[in-house]
Order: sequence, then structure tokens, then C-alpha cells
Amino acid sequence: MMSKDTTYREAVRLGISEAMEQDERVFLMGEDVGRYGGCFAVSMGLQEKFGTERIIDTPLSESAFTGAGIGAAMNGMRPIVEIMTVNFSLLALDQIMNNAATLLHMSGGQLNVPLVIRMATGGGKQLAAQHSHSLEGWYAHIPGLKVLTPATVQDAYDMLGLALKDPDPVLIFENSLLYNSKGLLDTSASPLPIGKALVLRSGKDLTILAYGINLFKALDAAETLAKEGIDAEVIDLRSLRPLDDETIMASVRKTHRVMIVDEGWKSGSISAEIMARINEQAFYELDAPMARVCTVEVPLPYAKQLEDAAIPQPEKIVAAARKLMEEA
Amino acid sequence: MELDLTLARKFYREMLLIRRFEEKCVELYSNEKIRGFLHLYIGEEAIAVGVMHALTPEDSVLATYREHGQALARGISAKSILAEMYGKMEGCSRGRGGSMHLFDTDTRFYGGSAIVGGGLPLAVGMALADKMMKRDRVTVCFFGDGAVAEGEFHESLNLAALWQLPVLFICENNRYGMGTALQLSESETNIAQKAAAYKMSSKQVDGMSVTDVAEAAEEAVAEIRAGKGPLFLECLTYRFRAHSLFDAELYREKSEVEEWKRKGPLVTFRKKLEAMNLWTEINEDEIEDEITKIIDEAVEFAENGTLEPVADLEKFVYSEEVV
Repeated sequence: MMSKDTTYREAVRLGISEAMEQDERVFLMGEDVGRYGGCFAVSMGLQEKFGTERIIDTPLSESAFTGAGIGAAMNGMRPIVEIMTVNFSLLALDQIMNNAATLLHMSGGQLNVPLVIRMATGGGKQLAAQHSHSLEGWYAHIPGLKVLTPATVQDAYDMLGLALKDPDPVLIFENSLLYNSKGLLDTSASPLPIGKALVLRSGKDLTILAYGINLFKALDAAETLAKEGIDAEVIDLRSLRPLDDETIMASVRKTHRVMIVDEGWKSGSISAEIMARINEQAFYELDAPMARVCTVEVPLPYAKQLEDAAIPQPEKIVAAARKLMEEA
Repeated sequence: MELDLTLARKFYREMLLIRRFEEKCVELYSNEKIRGFLHLYIGEEAIAVGVMHALTPEDSVLATYREHGQALARGISAKSILAEMYGKMEGCSRGRGGSMHLFDTDTRFYGGSAIVGGGLPLAVGMALADKMMKRDRVTVCFFGDGAVAEGEFHESLNLAALWQLPVLFICENNRYGMGTALQLSESETNIAQKAAAYKMSSKQVDGMSVTDVAEAAEEAVAEIRAGKGPLFLECLTYRFRAHSLFDAELYREKSEVEEWKRKGPLVTFRKKLEAMNLWTEINEDEIEDEITKIIDEAVEFAENGTLEPVADLEKFVYSEEVV
């Protein structure tokens, strides 16, 4: 199938639906995924198609149903667990950290956990401080997990399939503001593997590393910068664990200036990790100190002007790029 | 339950094996052969032996960090358990888990979990998979009274009952969560009653009686296999030793421990067999000798085991099979 205006939501749904058609071990479980159709309508219509036994509505028991996903994966299934938002995933953190990420190791290689956990992430919808955070960087800290951040419609579809084929636990973070976005989907294209970043805009003056919704803010910013004669390279990180050091360093060697856009807070963030790796692997390639556009270090507020000011925006990226180019 | 000589001997031997194995573990711990935490099951042996008797090799078992007894009763060899405690590659978890994380997929023994309550959701998921794939299996989940205060206990019981899953919950109520007595932790100390609130069959069992436990477990497993949903057994028991070997036991009276020791699973079972005139038929010395030999061989096996090369440190973080 080839389509130019598939929504991100439809792409995820199609990925789930096809996987369930192809493999009887795949099922979807989460809060309101069935009768309600998913809190972001991702699974709308799937329960009618696959029945209540494979599209399973759960009570508000994040820890137990995430753990049940792990147990089912240990016992031959390929579960997809949906957690409404990353903030709620903290109720399941024990299961994700202490079981999903450790069982293969603790059991000396006997027990792998082929589990996919999807959750919405990110701010921008005035949902305040318990629904809006970007904690994917936290999860990227944990050995044993893989952390994917699909930004494009193609990746929304591809990454689900890749994650289901992976023998280990994979977390997929979907920016809730992207569900309505439209883009190109080619279901016959072979997917770019997990752990590969993608250069979406080639440029020579500076590298902008971004993931998720901020990729589009970076691309917007790159257009503005182009008008000012600044040629930015924009890279979609796609995966926060593993990180694609090779693609990142190749770009650093080309442009010698780096900016990272990350909706997490700066302190202890994935952006900090990327800076550290560039320091370790390509320090002498840098012509200027690296720049970051991250979320201001506050819990996200409700009021729109405050929330907008807190999270990365194209104007902030443009301003940071100008400053980066002024450095010697 | 019908207790013939063969079964009587089996029960006694299995409980004694756990007892002697752990006594050896204490010695080896003092000699610094075993490190980390060591949580002993001594006093609670009747539960593991009784429950495992009711299972088939196809069933699945999940346990806690106090799981040497379950592992032995499930049929994991003393050699591979002890090698694990020595941190050797021949251990059932290749030395990556230690005493608290025994795993053996051959006997469908899924740990060895050291987060109190953390194994219950896994058991729910394993049973969900069996139900979805229409497999005739029961998942048995062991946990202590301490787990009852955790949210995961309540979430898991609710899911298991709501979805009518083939899980047997075994609560080993040894009256203390580490050093805090049950009545200081729970507003309602009848744990079986809590389970009943989730609309599942539940009952209290004398966890010091191997026959009571075995009988209750057999009935429970039969009901679960008949599709009657999950079932809950609260086994009333007592831990004779400290919580771990770091525990100075300031929270309980010695007299209380002594009183429970008189009700211990080995002494009471022996008395029962004497009353049934079965004890004279059991050659106690022969069993002791056989167990001594098993343990001596396990020690030798663990001593001669291989330390995994440090070069392999980063193995088993991700599966080797690559997409």
C-alpha cells in the first residue's frame, strides 16, 4: 500500500492490525483500547475486527497489566501493551525496570521478553504537569530496553513491526500531537532497522539532532535558517537506545557544529548523553561548544503561553542556531 | 489424603533435603563461599513440597527471593542451585542471579523475584498466555505475607479473577515481613479473606502440614484445570531462622520461635507417621545418607565450577538473535 495522506494514528493502527493478522501470538492490551477505541483513538475498530480476547480492555492497573504483558511474553506471546501516557507509565516502572529489562540477564540468558510497550509522550496540549512530560530519555538509561521514537508516519508504521520482531522489550514513544499529522506511507518499503538514525535534511553548516515531534520543529527552523544562508543538517534520531553513534559522528565531522533538540529537561537527559558521546568520540571536530534546546526545568504548566515558553519551539531553535554560528 | 509409604517417604525426603541443603548453605555462607543475601526457608518446607506434589511438569512456577525450597521441590538439582550461589557458570542462572534469582526453564521455574509482589503480575500474564493459547497449564505463584500490602498484589488478584485465569496463588504467611509483624502491617490479617473479596475461592491451610498443603493444592489445581478460574491458598507458617543472615531478630521473642519449632513440618510429619505406624517402615538413616551424598556432591560441583570470564560481562543484556 502506498498513500500520501495517511495519518500517524492510522499508520500505528495499520501496523497493529497487520501484525495481528499475521501472528496469532500478537495481542493488544491496555486501558480503554477496546470498546472506547483507545484514548487517542489509535485502536478504533480493532476490537470489532479481532474480538475482546485479542484487544483487551484492562482496569487502571498499569503495574499489573504491564507485568502481565511481560509474563505473557515469557510464555510465548507477542503482546503490545498500551499505556495512556508516559506519566502513567511510572506506575508500571517496577515491572519495566525490574522485570522486563532484567529477566534475560538474571536468568543467564534463558528468558527473553519479546514485549512491545507503546505510550504517548510530550507536551503542547495544555494538559499540565501529570500528562505532558517527555520521559523517554529516562527509559533510555536502562540496559535491556530499546527505546524508539517514531516521528514520521512511515516510522509509526514500521517501528511497530520492527519492535514486534525484536526478541527483547521495546518501548515506543508516540507524541500525542503527532497522531493527526499526515504523511507518506509505503507499506512495501523495507523498514530502516532499529538503532539507525536518518538524515532528513542534508546541510553543511550545523547538525541539528532531534526526535519525535521536535524533528518537525527542527525542520521548520532549518527552512528559516536557509533563508538566512545557514545550511542546517537535520537528523531524526529515531532510536534513543541504542543511539546511532555512527550517523551522529559522521554528521559532526561534516558540519563541526551541533545542536540537540530534546523535549526532556536538560539535567541528566538524553541530550546530555549525546553531548557526552560527541565529546568522547569527536571532540576535536567541534568548532564551537554544542548547543541544546530542551524543556525549561519546570513541571509543565497549564497556561498556554507558559507551556509554549517551556518546550522547544522553532524560534528557539533558530535563535540557538544563529548563536552557534556566531561562535568562532 | 491417602498417605501410603511411598508418598510418606517422598514427602519426608523432600522436606529433609531442603532442610539439610539450607543448613549447608548457612555453613557455606559463614565460610564466605556464598555471598550476597541468603534467605532461608527453614520451617516452611511443607508448603513447597506439598504444592509441587500437585503439579505436572507442564505447569509453571514463580517464586520469591526465599525460593531454594521451591526450586529443589520443583526438581532443579542441588548442584545447579548451589553452583548458582557460588556464582559459577554451571549455576541455574549462570551465576548472574544468585540465591534470590534461581531460574530454570526446563522445569518451568520462572524465578526467583526479589521485588516483593513483583512476581504476581508475571504469573497473571503467564496464565493469560496459556488461556489464550488454550493450553492445559496452571501457573503457581508463591509470595509472602509482606506482598499483601503491595498494590501489585491487589491489581493482580483482580485481573486474575476478572479474566478467570488459571493461576494458583500461594501466600506463605510466615507472620513477618522482614521484621514487621503482620498485625503491624495489615488492618485485616486474614489474608484469605482479602482474596475472597476479589471473588476467588480462597482458604487458609496449615502450612506446617505437608499433607494438608498437598491436599489443598491438589484440589485447587483440579478446580483450576476444570476452568473455575484462579484460586488462593493462604498457608500459615513460620520462618525458624532470621529473615536473612544479616538479621539480629530483635523483633520477636525466642520463646515464640521455640513454640513454632515444636509445630515444625518435619517433627509433626514424623509424629503423624508414627501414629499411623508408617514411621518404622521408613529408613531414616538411609534418607539422611542419600541427602548427605547429594549435598556433598553439590558442594564439590559448585567448588569445581567455572567462573564466567569477565570478557562476557555484557552478555544477556539483549538477545543474541538480531532482527
